[in-house]
Amino acid sequence: MILKTTLAGRTYAFKDVKDVMAKANEQKSGDVLAGLAAETDSERIAAKEVLANMLMSDLREHPAVDYDIDDVTRMDQDGVDTAQYNRIKNMTVGEFREWLLSYDTTEADIKGATRGMTAEMVAGVAKIMSNLDLVYAAHKIHVESECNTVAGRRGTFSTRLQPNHPTDDVEGITASLYEGLSYGCGDMLIGLNPVNDTSASCKAILERFDDVKRRWQIPTQICVLAHITTQMEAVRQGAPTDLIFQSIAGSQKGNESFGFTTETIREAQALLREKGTAKGPNVMYFETGQGSELSSDSHFGADQVTMEARCYAYAKQFQPFMVNTVVGFIGPEYLYDSKQVMRAGLEDHFMAKLSGIPMGCDCCYTNHMMADQNDLETLTLSLAAAGCNYVIGVPASDDVMLNYQSNAYHDAAAVREVLGLHPIAEFERWCERVGIMENGRLTDRAGDPSIFTERSGL
Amino acid sequence: MVDEKLVASITRAVLEQIGSAGVTGACCAPVAHRGDAGSLVQNGELIDLRTQENKTAITLERAQNMDMVEQMRKTTPARIGVGSAGPRLRTRTYLTLRADHAGARDAVFRDVDEDLLARMGLFTVQTLCSDRNEHLTRPDLGRQLSEETKRELRSKCQMSPQVQVYVADGLSSQAIDANIEDFLPALMDGLQDLGIQTGTPFFMRYGRVPAMDVVSETLDAEVTMVLVGERPGLVTANSMSAYIAYRAKVGMPEGRRTVVSNIHSGGVPAPEAGAHVAQLIKTILEARTSGVDLQR
Repeated sequence: MILKTTLAGRTYAFKDVKDVMAKANEQKSGDVLAGLAAETDSERIAAKEVLANMLMSDLREHPAVDYDIDDVTRMDQDGVDTAQYNRIKNMTVGEFREWLLSYDTTEADIKGATRGMTAEMVAGVAKIMSNLDLVYAAHKIHVESECNTVAGRRGTFSTRLQPNHPTDDVEGITASLYEGLSYGCGDMLIGLNPVNDTSASCKAILERFDDVKRRWQIPTQICVLAHITTQMEAVRQGAPTDLIFQSIAGSQKGNESFGFTTETIREAQALLREKGTAKGPNVMYFETGQGSELSSDSHFGADQVTMEARCYAYAKQFQPFMVNTVVGFIGPEYLYDSKQVMRAGLEDHFMAKLSGIPMGCDCCYTNHMMADQNDLETLTLSLAAAGCNYVIGVPASDDVMLNYQSNAYHDAAAVREVLGLHPIAEFERWCERVGIMENGRLTDRAGDPSIFTERSGL
Repeated sequence: MVDEKLVASITRAVLEQIGSAGVTGACCAPVAHRGDAGSLVQNGELIDLRTQENKTAITLERAQNMDMVEQMRKTTPARIGVGSAGPRLRTRTYLTLRADHAGARDAVFRDVDEDLLARMGLFTVQTLCSDRNEHLTRPDLGRQLSEETKRELRSKCQMSPQVQVYVADGLSSQAIDANIEDFLPALMDGLQDLGIQTGTPFFMRYGRVPAMDVVSETLDAEVTMVLVGERPGLVTANSMSAYIAYRAKVGMPEGRRTVVSNIHSGGVPAPEAGAHVAQLIKTILEARTSGVDLQR
C-alpha cells in the first residue's frame, strides 16, 4: 500500500488509511471542525490519488472503528459474502469506480458486489466520484422495499408527508395532513416528528393517522417519529403503526448516545411482527446525517462520509422499508453551505444505494446555513434524476415545528412531471379516485384540503 | 375530525348530490371562489410580506368549503390553504417565504444593539470566536473564554454570587433585542422578592450555551443562568431560551441544564417568562440540583 504521492514536485504523505480517507473528502466544515480535513486543495487531490490506487481489500481491512469494541463493524464485517468480496478485493478503488460506471456493468452485477462490500469500501469509492458520477452510478441501482405498498420501483418518486405542529395539536396536524394529501403527497409515508416524546401523545396521533388512512383507504404507511422506546410503549398500549423509526449513527457509541442498542431494534421488529398494522416484511424506518457522530464524539477520528456509510451498513441489518439522510439539518459547523449540502446529499444517496438501502433524502437547510430554497430545489431535482426513492413534503416548505425548510408539498408533482416520474402506482390510482390526479398530473381540485372534510371517506 | 357534525351534514348533502357512486369528479362539488387571494396590493399599496396577517393569509382561490379551509388554517401555524400556480407555489406565497427567510438570516448575522446593551448596563465580553462566521462553524470556540476574558470577568463582576445572570447572542441577536428589556427586570425583581442575591450581569458576544460552565467556574456562582437567542425559524426569529444550571462545571452532562425555551411575544411572553424563571431558580437553589435530576 502506497501512502504518499507527489504533485508538481511537492510530496504529500499520509499517516494511514483513515488519514487518506478523511483528506480525500470534498471539503466539509465538519471534517475541518474534527481536525481531519485536507489543508489545501492540492493535498485533497493527492489524497484522492493515493486512495484511487489502494486496493478494495485495503479498505475492508481498515475499518474506521475497531471490530472488538463496535457492533456496527462486527455486523458489517461478518455479513460480507466471501465469494462476492473475492471478485472485487484486488481491484483498486479507481478501477472499482470505472467498473461501476462501465456500460458493461449491470444493476445485477452491482447488487452482487454490494454483498461483498463493507462501509469503508462504499465510502472510499464515493470520495473519488464527481457529483454527476454519483448521480449516474446511483441511477443504475434500484432498491425496492415492501410494507403496505412497494416503494423504489424504477420510475417512481415518492414523498413522506410530514405534517408537523409546534404543540402536536391533533386537529392542526390533520389540517396539514389534508393539505399534503390534496397535493398527492404521502405515498411513502405519513410521518410526524412529535414535540412531546410520550407514548400517549404518540398513540393519539397514530390513531388519527390510522383513522384517516382507513376511511380514505389510502395505500400508504404511517409512523410517529418519537424515540424508539416511546413508539414501542405506544404499540404495547395498542397504538396502530406500520413502521417504527429511529435515528441511527455509524458506531455503537453513537447509537448508545441516541439511547438505544441493536437489541432495542430487534425487540421493535419482533413487537411489530406481533402488533404492527403493516403487511411488511420491511417495517423499520431510519434517519441519518453526516456529522452526527462527531456531534456525539463517537466518530473515532474518522471523517463524516465514512461514518455516514457505516450508518447504511448498520441499517441493512434490519431490512428497513425506508432510510433517509436529513442532509442539511445539522448546521453549518458540519455542512457549511449549499455546495457542501448538495455534495453530501448526492454522496449519501449513492452510498446508501450501493449498500443496498431503499434510500430517500430530506433535502433541507437551517436558517444559519449559507443555503436557501433555490439550492434545496436543485438538490431535489438532482436526486430525483439519480433515482432517489423519496423526499419529504411540508406545507409550503416551512416546517413550523423543527424550524427548518424542506421540500414543499408542491415540489414532488413538478419534479415528477419534469422527469417523467410517478408516485407509487396504487397511490396514484388513489389520487385519481379522489380526483386530484389525472394523466400523471395534478387536477384543478388539487390543493384543496376541504375535499377531505366534505366527505367522511372513500 | 375538524368538526364532526359539520362534516357529517355536508357529507350527506354531497353524497345526495353525487349519488352513491362513491367516486367524485372535479365537476360535481360546489366550489367557492376567492379571486383576489394572490394579490400583492391592499388599499392601493403593496403589502408588507412580513406581517403576521400576510403569513396566515389563505391564498387558495377555490375550495369545496372555504369556511372549512379557514377553520383548518386556525388550527396550525403551518402554511396551508396556499393554493398553487400549476404545480408550483403562487407568487405571493413564494415571496412571503423568501421574505421570512431573509428575516431569519438577518437575525442570525447581525449583532445585538449596542444602545440596548448600554441602556441595560451590560458590559460586553467575547468568546474565542473572532467573527460571526467562526461563531457559526466553530461551536468548540464559542464555549471557551480566554484567560484575559476570565480575568476581566473576575475584576468587573461580584464573585461567588447566589445567581449569576448573563446574556449571549447565540444564533439570533434579534431575539435578544426583542426580549431582554422585558425579561431581565421581571427576573431581577422576582429574584429580589424571593430574597435571592444576584451577581453582575453582562453580555457575551458569539456565545454558545456551554460557555455558562466557564462563567460558573470563573465567578464561583451557585446557580448560573444564560439567556440565548434560538436558531430562527420562518415563523419567528425572536425566540429566546433561558438555560439554568446548579454549580455548572466544564464537561458536565448536557442533562444537568434546565431549559425554558420559546420565550417571545408569540410563545411565552418575556415578562411572564422572567417571573417564571425566578421561581424556577428558587426551586433549583432549594433542590441544590438542576436539569433531569430536578424532575426526579
